[in-house]
Amino acid sequence: MQENAKFPDLSDAERKALEELMPDEINEIISSGIKRRHFLKLFAVTGTALLASHMLGIEQLMARSAELSTPPPLPIENGINLSFKVNGATKKLMVDSRMTLLDMLRERLELTGSKKGCDHGQCGACTVIVDDKRVLSCLTLAATCEDKKVTTIEGLATGNELHPMQSSFIKHDGFQCGYCTPGQICSAVALMEEAKNGEASYVTANVREKKAAVKLSDEEIRERMSGNICRCGAYPNIVDAIREVHGDKAVAQLWQFAEGTN
Amino acid sequence: MSETGKPISRIDGSMKVSGKALYSAEFNQPNMAYVFPVRATIAKGKIAAIDDTVAKKEPGVLAVISHLNAQKLKPMDMQAQMKAGAAFLGENLPPLQSNVVHYPGQFIAMVVAETYEQARTAAYKVKVRYTKEKAAVDLKAEIPNSKRPKMFMGEEAQVNEGKAAPLLAASAQKVDHKYSTPVEHHHPMEPHATVAVWDGKDRLTLYDATQGVGLTGAIAAYFLDLKPENVRVVAPFVGGGFGSKGLWLHTLIVAMAAKAVGRPAKLALTRQMMQTNVGHRAATVQRVALATDTNGKLSVMRHHTDTYNNLTQFFEPSGKQSLVLYKAPLREVTYNVAQLNRSTPTFMRAPGESPGTFALESAMDEMAFKMKIDPIEFRIRNHTTKDPMQGHDFSSEYLLDCYRIGAERFGWSARSIEPRQKRQGRYLVGYGMATATYPGGRSAASVKVVMDAKGKVTVSTASIDIGTGTYTVLAQTVADALGIPVDTIEVRIGDSSLPAAPLAGGSQTTASIHPAAVEACVLLRRDLAALAIADPDSRLSGQRLEEIDFAKGKLFVKSDDKKNDSYLNILSRSKRTELEACATTLPVSGAGLTVPSALCTPRETPAEQNSDIKQYAFHSFGAQFAEVWVDEDFGTIRVKRFTSVQDVGRIMNEKTARSQVIGGVIMGIGAALMEATDYDQRWGNPVTRTLADYHVPVHLDVPPIDVHFIGKNDPHISPIGARGIGEIGITGVSAAIANAVFNATGKRLRDLPLTPEKFYEV
Amino acid sequence: MRAFKYTNAPDSASAIRTVSANPAAKFLGGGTNLVDLMKEDVMHPTELMDVTRLSYTKIEKKNDGVSIGATATNSTTANHELIRKNYPLLSMAILAGASAQIRNMATNGGNLNQRTRCSYFYDVNMACNKREPGSGCAALNGVNKNHAILGWSEKCVATYPSDMAVALAALDAVVQVEGPNNSSRSIPFAEFHRLPADHPEKDNNLKQGELITAIDLPANQLAEKSYYLKIRERSSYAFALVSVAAALVTEGGRISEVRIALGGVAHKPWRATVAEKWLTGKEATTANFKAAAAAEMKNAKPLQHNKYKVGLALNAITRALEGAMQGGAYGTMEAESTSKN
Repeated sequence: MQENAKFPDLSDAERKALEELMPDEINEIISSGIKRRHFLKLFAVTGTALLASHMLGIEQLMARSAELSTPPPLPIENGINLSFKVNGATKKLMVDSRMTLLDMLRERLELTGSKKGCDHGQCGACTVIVDDKRVLSCLTLAATCEDKKVTTIEGLATGNELHPMQSSFIKHDGFQCGYCTPGQICSAVALMEEAKNGEASYVTANVREKKAAVKLSDEEIRERMSGNICRCGAYPNIVDAIREVHGDKAVAQLWQFAEGTN
Repeated sequence: MSETGKPISRIDGSMKVSGKALYSAEFNQPNMAYVFPVRATIAKGKIAAIDDTVAKKEPGVLAVISHLNAQKLKPMDMQAQMKAGAAFLGENLPPLQSNVVHYPGQFIAMVVAETYEQARTAAYKVKVRYTKEKAAVDLKAEIPNSKRPKMFMGEEAQVNEGKAAPLLAASAQKVDHKYSTPVEHHHPMEPHATVAVWDGKDRLTLYDATQGVGLTGAIAAYFLDLKPENVRVVAPFVGGGFGSKGLWLHTLIVAMAAKAVGRPAKLALTRQMMQTNVGHRAATVQRVALATDTNGKLSVMRHHTDTYNNLTQFFEPSGKQSLVLYKAPLREVTYNVAQLNRSTPTFMRAPGESPGTFALESAMDEMAFKMKIDPIEFRIRNHTTKDPMQGHDFSSEYLLDCYRIGAERFGWSARSIEPRQKRQGRYLVGYGMATATYPGGRSAASVKVVMDAKGKVTVSTASIDIGTGTYTVLAQTVADALGIPVDTIEVRIGDSSLPAAPLAGGSQTTASIHPAAVEACVLLRRDLAALAIADPDSRLSGQRLEEIDFAKGKLFVKSDDKKNDSYLNILSRSKRTELEACATTLPVSGAGLTVPSALCTPRETPAEQNSDIKQYAFHSFGAQFAEVWVDEDFGTIRVKRFTSVQDVGRIMNEKTARSQVIGGVIMGIGAALMEATDYDQRWGNPVTRTLADYHVPVHLDVPPIDVHFIGKNDPHISPIGARGIGEIGITGVSAAIANAVFNATGKRLRDLPLTPEKFYEV
Repeated sequence: MRAFKYTNAPDSASAIRTVSANPAAKFLGGGTNLVDLMKEDVMHPTELMDVTRLSYTKIEKKNDGVSIGATATNSTTANHELIRKNYPLLSMAILAGASAQIRNMATNGGNLNQRTRCSYFYDVNMACNKREPGSGCAALNGVNKNHAILGWSEKCVATYPSDMAVALAALDAVVQVEGPNNSSRSIPFAEFHRLPADHPEKDNNLKQGELITAIDLPANQLAEKSYYLKIRERSSYAFALVSVAAALVTEGGRISEVRIALGGVAHKPWRATVAEKWLTGKEATTANFKAAAAAEMKNAKPLQHNKYKVGLALNAITRALEGAMQGGAYGTMEAESTSKN
């Protein structure tokens, strides 16, 4: 098909989305040819958010931009050749020794789910999981990640299926603006493992008693999540969301109105 | 069944929890350059010289730009700016236009480079020499030189000046104390960021973390001397704002940088810059005097505020609530506003009411205690059902219900009037309450609704979702107005090329855009009906328009619902690919926080909808209740539980509404217990520079928060019946907490925040 | 952040060789403080030697005590069975610091090399003798409510920020160090960090190129009765206004051994030797704890904005000793449960 030749690496869904998004420019785009990452850039340039639950297809398109890495900007001083895994995929690239893991994810690997909130280890928005531990990507130099395994918010879902923690955050409205959310969720996911390992916190009643696994009280969840700041103030909802996943049973929602009232 | 009011989950939720929602700094562009600003290190003076020789030689540097070589911007001209909808610049200081320094941290130059690392490193190497001048850095010292501004945002600033003194002097029962509040910073989690992309010399796209795409576009167009329609501002997701995300100078700087290097450019502010370059809530010293008759009825209220500003007409209006609450024959509200060489103060969540209710509601508690009346009973005795200044009825007011329901939910009856009566282990336990209030406003708005041949509906308006739930509640409203499911609706906001909407501020997005959305749906249904009526193949052929109703994606005749036709069939037979309607609502109070020129031209102007400020006063009310546990040995205070009952009109979505109130309460806990920016008294620079120094509440600081809505429609603000909800949650919170601390300990703390050293000072 | 060369240290000998040869080189641990300071342009090493992959990660019995590796993370250390059981004071202190994420990154050696959080030190436009010797101390007459009340000098009033180190001071830890030419030495904890005196630019007594390899904890009888109390402006994720590591041994109601160290009050973890001496041999009563704390605080010299710290420290010492007497259980000290409703 003529058109397919012009869109060598776009899927049908992507082509369709492109046409819907930019009917005016479509001819021009077709005549000049388009590569997948250009398409994604264009998509980003149009900017307008398209939102509704049926827009999952578009979400996936945006998400897949994560597969692409921009070419290294030149010149690079003290360049480090790096090979590591992000969300299961091996990445090889050269980075400036000054570049943090966070900036590498956001500026070089198009994985913008990890957020820069303070850039100094004071807010937790950049939390990612490195070798099974939650860490702050803003204070992690990219150069130190050689051979390591990084999981970001983009890597938590399985296909279209959200991680239970992600679903629970939606259910309990564990966010407002959404900017601290990826960090909160990565932190909460790692916290579940820490609890299974019986790790202690400052509010653990007695650190001398080592247990195989700990059941976290609300106070424990709050203390252990205190490295993730939420300025919108979704804290109580986040605690509910975590409690539901941690306790493996539904946590009641507090909305007072019955359906259809008012 | 109505979708409106249902606690549905956010329709943008899956994007936010999966990291797919894109915020401004994430719109990376091919060949993009990075900007890093250089900030002034003195409070006042002139730049004598800028030495950029080292910086320019740094690898990757594309340009070093200062007042010496920056593009000339159109100068300030308030009249012209007002006309262009561009008056709302954060600070009245077009950037990089002169060598004058007005405050520490002012942007005075910038480095543009290939990478972020290179730009930042080179910026550190720009050397600046200054001629210093004596700066005004201390509020107390400058109050003698302060002004008494006549107006605040178009209203009389000084009310009944000097009239309270004789009444106070004659009164038997009175309290008269000073309350002070510190500088607070908004600190939304997403730092302000802009990506600027030029298309030729005349067209500009800004991906900008803003609360108002329309206003940002208008201001950028004005100063960059572009046609407003040639500046597009895009912000599909904004990581919080709280008042700080208007247009600040970095947005213009990035556009200037991009133009200078002929490439797209990006600047994301550092957290340190957010302490000096995107506004703050100014410190206040407030003096509140109350007097009552022997029955506990207020005879006079006086509320005076000392505060400051710089490079703006705005000042913290902390007397606002004292013009609205309680029945008192006379109230005097006055301000002294000094000018400091400190970064520009601005609107922050409930500007005025947040610090103002701390003072007034603490004073109310003090008076109640003095008279040994329960604080709720004292407020009930002084309740007013009319706006005390204008004498208008409130459009809808259930404050007494808030007190009653709150007291029941909280268990207020267990409180004793005398302090130090309740202990829990090492802790002294206290209960406190306060009244919450915030005005209900509306601005002009246009909303466009498009239905395509497949039945998909797209609703678009240049509004913003800063975490408030705009996406979700707009879909709910349109679902009801068209009788279709929420998940067939696509919401487009956050783009200035869409029909105009107010900036997301002043708690008025819902009240403003939803009437327009409903009106657009009315127009769309009317057009569908007209098509059906004119179509011989329709079961509605030849029916009268006024006989036609709608439900479940269909139109039908009221008297006989078998005579019906679906939207889809009507459209498909009409051979149209889509049907579109755009409606504008313009409250009698005016365009408000909306750029009028971007309103869509309505096919007909809908009748104005009850928002008659000449008949009614529009205010939300609430009651806040706190239980605190105080460890006297350390002066540490923990809020153990909180109840907030709010009368904010109709609730559009119980889930997102509750979240907003919780958020307000938590920011109020921050204001009460920890938030403060300290400045060095010698040089005027902030010494709380980061989130390690400026403490905001963390998870462990926050108790369970019980939120209850009265949920009664406001019949006058609009046909929707909802007033805003973004700000009232913070009001009264710090007073409720301070009042609870008094109830626990007997210590009256009048200087926020209530950090441990305050205990040792009393 | 200025340009620097990054090297993943292949072995300790060459790492030490490189860093000792270049006065502007630094070892890199978890980076939680160093990277932060480099972004602020407070520190600008030309070379970073990443030592996190060297094999100093073991936490093991040594003699009768325990040795903790310098590149083991803070969280591994706090949760290690040997530490939780035998040195709960150290676990609590580590867990009181920073956040879970930071504790997962921070190394034990790096923790001891933390620098002050004095905001004048962090602001490169302010005078600071620690950052730039001879430039002056802007904090001395500035906003100094978070600053030192003990042991400060006119040159520097900064405090040392670590929680972990406060416990290590109380536990009489010994810092094991390797240096150039296969040298090694042991530094008693009390001699590791310094008071500012005339050289606040030196936080501790390590020489350029000396690498911490382990921290040894001698055996003690303190595990039963020890407590770490931290007072801060918010309930978590904040530096201490005052913190206290307290541990004691009682025999027949009398105190046979007591350790008290304070954080947030001085340029180094402050061992409260006056209070310790006062208490030894006395009955373990609140009145005695208070008297001992008062004796210690007699030496306090508060600055303009931190007079509250004297009273706060006095009460905190008392409370921490009480907490230790109660077995160090958190629940005995803090309100765990939310009250009714």
